Amino acid sequence: MLLTTTLLFYVFSAVLLLSALLVITARNPVYSALYLVLAFFNAAALFLLLGAEFLGLILILVYVGAVMVLFLFVVMMLDINLTRLKEGFLRYLPLGLAVAIVGVLEMVSVFWVAPLGRVPAPGPIPADADNTRALGQLLYTHYLYPFEIAAVILLVAIIAAIALTLRRRPDTKSQAVGRQVAVAVKDRLRMVDLRGPRQ
Amino acid sequence: MHELLTAPWWPPVWALIKIIFVLVPLLLGVAYLTLAERKVIGYIQIRIGPNRVGFRGVLQPIADALKLLFKEVLIPANANRFLFLAAPVLAFVPAMLVWAAVPFGPDVAISNMNAGLLYVLAIAGLGVYGIIIAGWASNSKYAFLGAMRAAAQLVAYEIAMGFALVGVLMLAQTLNLSKIVEAQAGSGFWSWYWLPLFPFFLVYFISGVAETNRAPFDVAEGESEIVAGFHVEYSGMGFALFFLAEYANMIFVSILTTVLFLGGWYPPFQIAPFTWVPGLVWLLLKTAFLLYVFLWIRATFPRYRYDQIMRLGWKVFIPITIAWIVVVGVALETPLRAVLR
Repeated sequence: MLLTTTLLFYVFSAVLLLSALLVITARNPVYSALYLVLAFFNAAALFLLLGAEFLGLILILVYVGAVMVLFLFVVMMLDINLTRLKEGFLRYLPLGLAVAIVGVLEMVSVFWVAPLGRVPAPGPIPADADNTRALGQLLYTHYLYPFEIAAVILLVAIIAAIALTLRRRPDTKSQAVGRQVAVAVKDRLRMVDLRGPRQ
Repeated sequence: MHELLTAPWWPPVWALIKIIFVLVPLLLGVAYLTLAERKVIGYIQIRIGPNRVGFRGVLQPIADALKLLFKEVLIPANANRFLFLAAPVLAFVPAMLVWAAVPFGPDVAISNMNAGLLYVLAIAGLGVYGIIIAGWASNSKYAFLGAMRAAAQLVAYEIAMGFALVGVLMLAQTLNLSKIVEAQAGSGFWSWYWLPLFPFFLVYFISGVAETNRAPFDVAEGESEIVAGFHVEYSGMGFALFFLAEYANMIFVSILTTVLFLGGWYPPFQIAPFTWVPGLVWLLLKTAFLLYVFLWIRATFPRYRYDQIMRLGWKVFIPITIAWIVVVGVALETPLRAVLR
């Protein structure tokens, strides 16, 4: 059983890393987006192997089911010229490599000082463990304030994004549905007596 | 017998047997749902419907399937060949995968998983990839317009759908679909969740109609505007896979509405003649009724205009569901809690 789990871990990790690499090397941006979807799936599978079914399924639900759909939506709408996209590759390569090296060095220094190994390994997971319930209880009791603050930050981001793109266009033909529903027969219909005076 | 059950190869084989026992009746159900649709809409429009193949047309779905199997699979000249062929599969596979969590009775499911509701919601949202990729890979403006419409519609209605499920969660206190049904046990149809969660019941079912791209929300296909939408370039089995996925999703939305809001396998009255009927029959009867409602809606209402669909999803359903979540939350803090749980 343990052997199968370890084997599956390596398979999913390998596919995850490969698809992550393909995201940045694929020529076609639509392919890149689809490789990212594959990467998310493998990450979700890794969560499931850990017994964290809530995190795994939410990853698929939010990132694959909603975020990447909108991403694909935008990528497909753009008329991307593939040859022009590749033109500046060599010019930007040194800069990109420098940023990558700095990032790797920073991560290494952080993990050198505070190794992740300090977290005690989880004990055997009981068969009836309810990951969702445990997470919910922690989030709404112990971590209530951080959770609420995160929610407020997200709300601010939503409002900011809408405010940035909102513009009133008085010339568009839009309908006020409330007024449409509120009309009565006498507002729209006038009965006319078409019979002329009797001869 | 005991040795068989403990053998290491037995669990995967048993899972395979269960999958066959679910998927074969499902695909037969899909075939006969197409016939039922043509017959029901026929009678509603005072026609007879298909009546030539077999006795009163009962073999019509088989004739359709054979016809589609032998049709040539056409690939447009400028299409992206790989994605064009992969798209129908990507639409069909999630439509089958969701059935892994559907409970058919107490402890009768392919996998009676703890996070069943979450699994169902996550996998059901994947079907849109088949539609978007089909629209893009076809390299046709009609297909592309259909795909864009489908993507926007799915994202809009999935939110309302998710909120409607939050209400079920609040009452049942579990994500396990079998336990959600068992939480609705009691005196009969008024202890099912459709009554305390009536707005969620309506929002969920209507969102289900919208998510499966069925009339009156079928603008992704919209024959009169964009020919046939995302699958306009498909023929033969590619086209058939899209249809199998759509009808399987219809059956799935109906059975899930039954499980979540209509008491699953429980009879409507806890008295003698009703309790004699097995639970599976009740489950399928309720599902069949909801499927009939799908067809009834299609035969009755004209197609929504696109901006009205978006308005209904974002500005009507989402506020209604949020408001009712608050109502349910408050009710659970009052003495009503004992009645609701």
